Amino acid sequence: MQALDTLKAEATTAISSAEDASALEKLRVEFLGKKGRVTDLLKSLGQLDASERPKAGAEINALKQHLNSLISERKQVLQSAALAEQLANERLDVTLPGRGEQTGSLHPITRTIERMAAFFATLGFDVVEGPEVEDDYHNFEALNIPAHHPARAMHDTFYVDDNHVLRTHTSGVQVRTMERLAPPIRVICPGRVYRCDSDLTHSPMFHQVEGLLVDQNVNFGQLKGIIQQFLASFFEQDDLAVRFRPSYFPFTEPSAEVDIQCVKCAGKGCRICSGTGWLEVMGCGMVHPRVLEMSGIDGERFPGFAFGMGVERLAMLRYGIGDLRLNFENDLRFLSQFR
Amino acid sequence: MILSESWLREWVNPDLDSHELAHRLTMAGLEVDAVTALAEGLSGVIVAEIVATQQHPDADKLRVCSVNTGSDIVQIVCGAPNAEVGLKAPLAQPGDKLPGGVKIKKAKLRGVESQGMLCSAAELTLSEDHDGLLALASDAPVGKGITEYLDLDDRLIEIGLTPNRADCLSVLGVARDLAVVIDLPFNEEVSASVEPALDETFPVTVLSPEKCPRYLGRVIRDVDINRPTPLFMVERLRRSGIRSIDPVVDITNYVMLELGQPLHAFNLEALEGGIVVREARPNEALTLLDGQSREMTAGTLMIADEVKPLAMAGIMGGEGSGVDQQTRHLFLEAAFFTPELMAGRARQYGLHTDASHRYERGVDPELPYRAIERATTLLMEWVGGKPGPVTDISATEHLPVRTGVTLRASAVEAMLGIEVPADEVTRILKGLGFEVVVDSAAQEWCCTAPSWRFDMGLEADLIEEIARIFGYDNIPTLPVQGASQAGVNSETTTSLADIRHRLVSRGFNEAITFSFVSPDAQALFDPDWVPVALKNPISSDLAVMRTSLLPGLAGAAAHNIKRQITRVRFFETGLRFLPEANGLAQTPTLALILCGARTPEGWSAQSESVDFYDLKGEIEALLAAAAKPVTFRSAIRAGLHDGQTAEVVLGDSVIGVMGRLHPTAASELDLPDKTFVAELDLAEVLQRAMPDYHDISRYPEVRRDLAVVLDKQVAASAAVDLVKAAAGEYLADVVVFDLYEGEGVAENEKSLAMGLTFRDQSRTLTDEEVSNALAQVIDSLTEKLGARLRH
Repeated sequence: MQALDTLKAEATTAISSAEDASALEKLRVEFLGKKGRVTDLLKSLGQLDASERPKAGAEINALKQHLNSLISERKQVLQSAALAEQLANERLDVTLPGRGEQTGSLHPITRTIERMAAFFATLGFDVVEGPEVEDDYHNFEALNIPAHHPARAMHDTFYVDDNHVLRTHTSGVQVRTMERLAPPIRVICPGRVYRCDSDLTHSPMFHQVEGLLVDQNVNFGQLKGIIQQFLASFFEQDDLAVRFRPSYFPFTEPSAEVDIQCVKCAGKGCRICSGTGWLEVMGCGMVHPRVLEMSGIDGERFPGFAFGMGVERLAMLRYGIGDLRLNFENDLRFLSQFR
Repeated sequence: MILSESWLREWVNPDLDSHELAHRLTMAGLEVDAVTALAEGLSGVIVAEIVATQQHPDADKLRVCSVNTGSDIVQIVCGAPNAEVGLKAPLAQPGDKLPGGVKIKKAKLRGVESQGMLCSAAELTLSEDHDGLLALASDAPVGKGITEYLDLDDRLIEIGLTPNRADCLSVLGVARDLAVVIDLPFNEEVSASVEPALDETFPVTVLSPEKCPRYLGRVIRDVDINRPTPLFMVERLRRSGIRSIDPVVDITNYVMLELGQPLHAFNLEALEGGIVVREARPNEALTLLDGQSREMTAGTLMIADEVKPLAMAGIMGGEGSGVDQQTRHLFLEAAFFTPELMAGRARQYGLHTDASHRYERGVDPELPYRAIERATTLLMEWVGGKPGPVTDISATEHLPVRTGVTLRASAVEAMLGIEVPADEVTRILKGLGFEVVVDSAAQEWCCTAPSWRFDMGLEADLIEEIARIFGYDNIPTLPVQGASQAGVNSETTTSLADIRHRLVSRGFNEAITFSFVSPDAQALFDPDWVPVALKNPISSDLAVMRTSLLPGLAGAAAHNIKRQITRVRFFETGLRFLPEANGLAQTPTLALILCGARTPEGWSAQSESVDFYDLKGEIEALLAAAAKPVTFRSAIRAGLHDGQTAEVVLGDSVIGVMGRLHPTAASELDLPDKTFVAELDLAEVLQRAMPDYHDISRYPEVRRDLAVVLDKQVAASAAVDLVKAAAGEYLADVVVFDLYEGEGVAENEKSLAMGLTFRDQSRTLTDEEVSNALAQVIDSLTEKLGARLRH
């Protein structure tokens, strides 16, 4: 069977060098097709001696099978090569930016108010809002600041008419809440406030968050507790040093101003804290009995505490913003940093 | 208020350094804003006397002085104009280093050796004065250290007092608080009454006793106003920021700083008839000590004589009746004016004086007695003079009433959360000047506030005093429990925070703009509203309350466009202020502004400018869960493009407007022509429907597309509405997927392609059912809108 070996060698070489699927198919037809050369050999078996036929037949069939499997192996090789080539051709530059809208940004003031609200929400404080053009009663009188009280001079009020002002704090919302609800009361009042003052460190409009808790058995120690917890949470610094300093607000008594250890220099003294190591961040106190009384609350039964803070101040400390005015320029290069 | 530390320590001298002393004051409620060393680095500077001078051979403006240092005569070259023989001045010697950093060494000035430097006040950082050498008194001891001589080893304590603590506007007041805080005795020396040397009095009539319940006055004759004010007094005044004028005025100011009582000295010879304390007369004018004439308004309290006004009571004296170099006889005044009636008065005249600051906040009504004696004593000591008896006109019924207040131990503990020891409470109250009766059995203190405290009418007032002296640091930090009631959470109202976060996710940046805008910007969008105007705006640009958020957002967009950031997507939430017939409406509002490219600049596509439908898409997304159908209605609004503006309608109420800026408005606002804005009533945006759940169909849906040619003026919504009405119950959805105008379609027509989806919950629809429905739709469109199928 010299011819068989020659054929096998020839076919093997041809199949293994077939370049693509159609060349391979041609080879299959040439060798294994109905008129193929292997098929021809089978057909020619009849010419052989009957005793040789089984062996020759088996050899030819073996060759057929061998070639079949060679072809299918080659096919696999060619297919994977084609796929690999396709994938190679479809290779992308993964470093190019993705498509579509970018994420916008929440104003740092809003972001800060949201963080504050989230903290107090865990303690059951609801957010309430109120008018910004406020009447004299709710902005001053009901907060124990009668006309000509020296404290009014601290406020630099914008006047709308003889009886209305742009609220100088959000405390009027607390008064309105006490008028509306019976204790226990837990609210925070965020919002815009206005003072007639404009320079490097004063904006005629800024934001406050004030809080009020009126309930039985409320005391100054708890006020210290809640403020301490809040500030530690706000600055994410468990051991933040907080100090309460006696101060004066007409609507609270006792009153305190709250200082934190300078977040920039950790109390060593720097430009931010004017060398004192402390930063004043908020005011607070027990609600003044007259304020409770004017809002129809029995202060003996339901004492309360209140606190208030400037949002810009805390946002600027938190993020290291140096210039107050950036908050109101709406420069996208500033805003888009707060995604 | 600024105090000299050494002065304070004369009254109470705790064993604390300046820093610690300031800290203790701060923690007791007297906030120390700054402690400044008066002068440092002057240890080598001495008192020296110029004993001879001669002209510098090579410099016109320099003199060569022989200077006595007490131990030697040295040669100093000096250019000061007052470098004359006999002058005593500070001398810095070689080796000294002055506060400004100047190192003193022997040097030749234009060839002549100088063995040091004679100094001006500025060079020693004692004042701004650098016009010549600091002239020391003729009795200044030559050779003595300047620090010791001028008592310069001192610090200035600046206290930011709260308005309730007028009692601490004096050394006396601060010392009293400090003594209680440190628990130290307090060296209070009260001057004995001066024995009158004259019988003479000057008549005083008080016509407004409610405003001036107490007026004390005394004649002092034959003072010598040309004597110098003693050095210690000049220095203490200077350290508190008060300039020396003449010894009489200086002494009144000194007593004010020391005790807190404003005093006024009149030139007796300028007074006619008698003092009359009365209200200002109509059109009455007075030239004050600041040289300016002011017309008095009704209600202003005047100190007058029988002929003319002399002074604005408690605010400032008049020019004509004050003391000057020729004055020999005085009328000295010490009065109490009712604080509530003084409040705001000075500010009304644009004035703020040391006296008005104190009187508005309240001066101890008992203090005039002590202060007039103290001032008289000092006057007699330093300028001589013979005092008459004190005239005292007091209307006790108008003096502040000192009511008793009971303090309960239980109330202290309830308010502070800690029990303060009873002895400590008693000590604090007594130390602060309260008259205290202790009821140990009832654990109560019956207290009467001292005359210098005007803020002590309630138990809470006393508790605050206990707390601040006891120390806030000593009050424990206690936990706060959460609320016992759960909050309410409505599913049909979303939060503002949710809306904001949705917008941020859609690429919007939040802006915060001022609530006040310029009248022009306001009128651009809302010419029909008369906005709320501020009476005292910060500037004309910020003069009226916004009736729309759009002027602010337009400004924010323009700010960025000027800085080459051309793609702007802003939103803002806040109130607008609409003066409606039944009052001012303060309406929470959401506004949007879009301009620039539709998509962020990128490598993959050249982006076109945003258009109307980009903004509309944002609004549709915001209102996707609205409880009522949302429709858009063509509208015309000021500032907006007549053909590209729509009212946003929810159900049947208009909840906002959206559209393109009018070209005129856009150019006025420095914004691109294609700028789109929207403004929506925020309360409506927050409302949402409960999800209207229904099962999804398990059967296939069938889609049929339809292209019709319509008159250009027919609104797409009319065609869609008609499809919905005509297609029958199986129509599940209809979408406009193409709009075509141009070649192949007549000029006044457009082609609209719609995709209709049909579906049934319970079975597969037959082809016939769908075809029938489609046929009905086509008939209806043809009949009602004149549409024809496009082939």
